[in-house]
Amino acid sequence: MNESIIQVKDFRKTYGSFVAVDGISFDVRRGEIFGLLGPNGAGKTSTLESLEGLRRTDGGSLRIAGIDPSRQARQLRAVIGVQLQTSGLPDSFRVEEAMRFFCAYHGVATRDDLIERVGLSDKRRAQYHELSGGQQRRLALALAVAHKPPVVFLDEPTAGLDVASRAMLHELMRELQVGGTTILLATHDMAEASQMATRVAILLHGRIAAIGTPMELTATGAGLTKISVYTEADCLARADAAFPAVRQVQRQENYFVYFSTDVGPTVSALITYIQAQGDTLVDLRVERPTLEDRFLEITTKGTAR
Amino acid sequence: MNAFAYHFSFDFRVGIRNKTLMLMNYLFPLGCYVMFGALLGSINPGFLDTIVPAMSVFAVLSGALLGMPDTLVSAREAGIFRSYKINGVPALSILAIPVLTSMLHALLVTVIIALTAPVLFDGAAPVNWAGFLLVFLVSAFAFAGIGALIGVISSSTRMTVLFSQLVFLPSMILGGLMLPFSMLPPTLAKVALVLPTTYAMDAFGGLAMGQTAGTHPWLSAAILVAGGVLAFGMSIFLFSWDSKNATRKAHPAWAVLAWLPYLFGLGWSLLG
Repeated sequence: MNESIIQVKDFRKTYGSFVAVDGISFDVRRGEIFGLLGPNGAGKTSTLESLEGLRRTDGGSLRIAGIDPSRQARQLRAVIGVQLQTSGLPDSFRVEEAMRFFCAYHGVATRDDLIERVGLSDKRRAQYHELSGGQQRRLALALAVAHKPPVVFLDEPTAGLDVASRAMLHELMRELQVGGTTILLATHDMAEASQMATRVAILLHGRIAAIGTPMELTATGAGLTKISVYTEADCLARADAAFPAVRQVQRQENYFVYFSTDVGPTVSALITYIQAQGDTLVDLRVERPTLEDRFLEITTKGTAR
Repeated sequence: MNAFAYHFSFDFRVGIRNKTLMLMNYLFPLGCYVMFGALLGSINPGFLDTIVPAMSVFAVLSGALLGMPDTLVSAREAGIFRSYKINGVPALSILAIPVLTSMLHALLVTVIIALTAPVLFDGAAPVNWAGFLLVFLVSAFAFAGIGALIGVISSSTRMTVLFSQLVFLPSMILGGLMLPFSMLPPTLAKVALVLPTTYAMDAFGGLAMGQTAGTHPWLSAAILVAGGVLAFGMSIFLFSWDSKNATRKAHPAWAVLAWLPYLFGLGWSLLG
């Protein structure tokens, strides 16, 4: 799991005088789902497309399983699978034809089992334009992994999908990960990144603003943890002492809501106070800042790591 | 079946499945064949002497210039070529397969025309079928090469229509399909000599239809082959995988080099 399969070192990409990616470095470990996050224009697509061999780099080095994407196109095709954001398939392609076509170019036997696995068995004869958005994405994922590549790039795989289609794609991604496939996931969906990714990198203005597990990123932010407390005798209404690390207090129906910079001391002090008052705790909820909160904090303030 | 063969087979089926391609490959040329056979045949009986090669060239023009370029541009704009590149589909296949399938569609239409024209319109049948097939192949290759080149250099489907019509309309009017080359005024005859259709009709006349007077069929065939090779070669040279990623090797204006053989034909005619 700790062996890195994707290595990005001092990678730089420019378009004329515009610097799209400004010397970023990161590694992706074998078997992990690595989330690449960032607002539009942050450099995600340039990074992905350079790794996929679609663009040339302007500095630094990229390696996927030891292969240089800009110089070893033939070898690269065997180790990567790509689900592009755009369709990438002719409208007239039937599902079974698309599978046969891509398998033929990869030199592998046709993977009819994958059509079944992504739930398109009854759509084998359907043309691409006749599929729903979710079915198109599932087919694209099946085609991307048909030649069993060790690395898969997914660009906004669930954008615009309904809940069921999204859940099915997430399940497929987990299956791939369990099978040892490394996934580089570019997404705008923070909940998806938080739920699926082992680690994420947040790109901002062509640089890495933050990198780590979703939990590490949310823990290191300046975001406040929301602590909601409900007691039987409502003793907190009479509390005149300030609790440690609390920045703000709100009354929300039966709950007192404390926004804390350090959850441990605050919760400890609250419980001690409630016990001292002879009151009984009915409910206590702790809500950490989400990855989305952290993302917004980074992108709005433009803070670097 | 290997990847190239499967790709060819798929592309051929799309030419029938896709409504626009079906129209341009079959319905439009066959509809015009019936209409021209009935109308022009009664107005100008001389048209029936050349109805088979003329409508064969028309079928080639329709599929290669009005059908193929648009599909190439649309595929590039939809990111299909990017997907192909990632999955190992070579640029040569992306261009060669539409050229070959366009030639095959035109051949099927030509067979229908060649077999039915004598029966339906009392049109003249080729006297040399081997020569007819040879000239058909070189003409179809020349026009399919131009179609591929238009698809490669057009920045949008609107530009494709413009470029295609720039070749299609003069070819129809001046290229010997409606009127024999010999009936054109001298100035227009010179213009006609830069059109591939003029050479196709000349080669058909000399090698397939038994018209020996005033033709240079082998020279015309050679010009068509050279034109096809140059057009197809330039389309590979200028090919771009996607519209956003400008990695073209040279400016699209270099495409005019594909017209050199026809300019040579004009020069040869003027000097001769």
